[in-house]
Amino acid sequence: MTERRTWQELELGVELPAATSLGYKTGGWRVLRPIFNASECTHCMICVSYCPDMAIPIAKSEEGVAGKGGRLFKGVVRLATNLDYCKGCGICAHECPSKAISMVREEEAEQASCKL
Amino acid sequence: MPTLQEIALKTTGADARIVSGHRMCSGCGIGSIVKTVLAASDKPVVVVSATGCLEVVTTIYPFTAWNTPWMHLTFENAASVASGIEAAYKVLKRRGKIDEEVNILAVGGDGGTYDIGFQALSGALERRHKFMYLVYDNEGYMNTGNQRSGATPFGANTTTVPAGKVSFGKPQWRKNLVEIAAAHRISYVAQAAVNNTMDLYKKAQKGFSADGPAVLAVLQPCPSNWSFDSSLTIQYSKLAVETNFWPLYEIENGIVHINTKPSNRKPIEDFLKGQTRFRHLFRPGNEHVIVEMQKMIDDEWARLLKLEESGIQF
Ligand SMILES: Cc1ncc(C[n+]2csc(CCOP(=O)(O)OP(=O)(O)O)c2C)c(N)n1
Ligand code: SF4
Ligand code: SF4
Ligand code: SF4
Ligand SMILES: [Mg+2]
Repeated sequence: MTERRTWQELELGVELPAATSLGYKTGGWRVLRPIFNASECTHCMICVSYCPDMAIPIAKSEEGVAGKGGRLFKGVVRLATNLDYCKGCGICAHECPSKAISMVREEEAEQASCKL
Repeated sequence: MPTLQEIALKTTGADARIVSGHRMCSGCGIGSIVKTVLAASDKPVVVVSATGCLEVVTTIYPFTAWNTPWMHLTFENAASVASGIEAAYKVLKRRGKIDEEVNILAVGGDGGTYDIGFQALSGALERRHKFMYLVYDNEGYMNTGNQRSGATPFGANTTTVPAGKVSFGKPQWRKNLVEIAAAHRISYVAQAAVNNTMDLYKKAQKGFSADGPAVLAVLQPCPSNWSFDSSLTIQYSKLAVETNFWPLYEIENGIVHINTKPSNRKPIEDFLKGQTRFRHLFRPGNEHVIVEMQKMIDDEWARLLKLEESGIQF
């Protein structure tokens, strides 16, 4: 027989530290890789708001970054895709109004980056 | 007016309330819905999940994608757990043990909401707990492989109502959860879709700041069980709105307001095409199913317009 305990003595449920999934890289799932062409980007944040994996980092830039048409975009800007987490769904490429993203097969992207 | 830039800052990076590394299928609509809704809270958020894809993929032990207090008990009781949290929070506040303002969010899939968690939800709404209930509606029990739910649309093929020689798939229409929630006379109920981030964000803001319980139903295309290419999630959501299959509207203090009215509603085939769960509807002999579906959608839309026009309090 286990001893009877009051509710105040019960142990808490599993308590985990927050956001530990950052240690689990889902980039390995990718079949297609989004290739981001910064010179076509208008920093509209559409891809960022849709990405289901929060794999498109952004930053606040006072000096600005060069984007579509050579224009300088200041404020919140889109950075290079985080390939540690991007699963290659292709939503960003499909929804980008400026066609600044294209999807290529992962092995081709790998080969291309090896040649560089 | 919020901007996409402001929303993006809250959904991305180390301070976001849900982070990368979760194991939703590639292209799953849940990710964008949940991050946008969480970003809409100007206070810390306590989240309760019902069992389902979101709960499973964000908390595969020992990992968690939650960067905010989060709790899961069972499939059926997300709304009851949220009620308990709200009650406990009120007591702790009254006793001076907490002074921080918080929002409480319960999240369930359609199975966990329209079906198995329905009683818990109705009770929590009736008791007027101050929390928001978010249902991400992928129109079936998707975590267990596409079984029929009360939200599965007429004509869809599921593993429990398979389409074949004698069946065209689900023979019943989906239930209208938004109107059922509104029938509890709560101050805010809304229907949103993942393709319209701004609308979703604003509705989540209203839901969080509602006086009492609020319900937000969001359509969530499921690339794995609706079976379409993972890049098309947003497009299917958009088509659902443009065909009037999933109107964007809200019921605020009982008054119906339609947020977008497609000027040229697209035929329902545009939404059905390319989804494996509706593939059989394009086979000879099943034409009547699409005709019936179209009629139901148009009738429902006409009814919604009338509700709005009348200004009658729900
Ligand atoms: C009481 C109970 N019955 C069945 C299950 C198995 N189960 C786990 S997830 C799930 C499907 C959930 O469907 P839904 O609520 O629509 O969420 P989705 O998986 O589609 O995100 C089922 C049936 C369970 N966990 N508990
Ligand atoms: S959607 Fe296209 S243009 Fe807009 S921020 Fe993303 S890459 Fe740039
Ligand atoms: S391919 Fe999908 S996961 Fe990768 S960055 Fe684009 S939207 Fe995000
Ligand atoms: S089965 Fe569907 S709802 Fe579940 S994680 Fe996969 S895509 Fe998302
Ligand atoms: Mg579901």
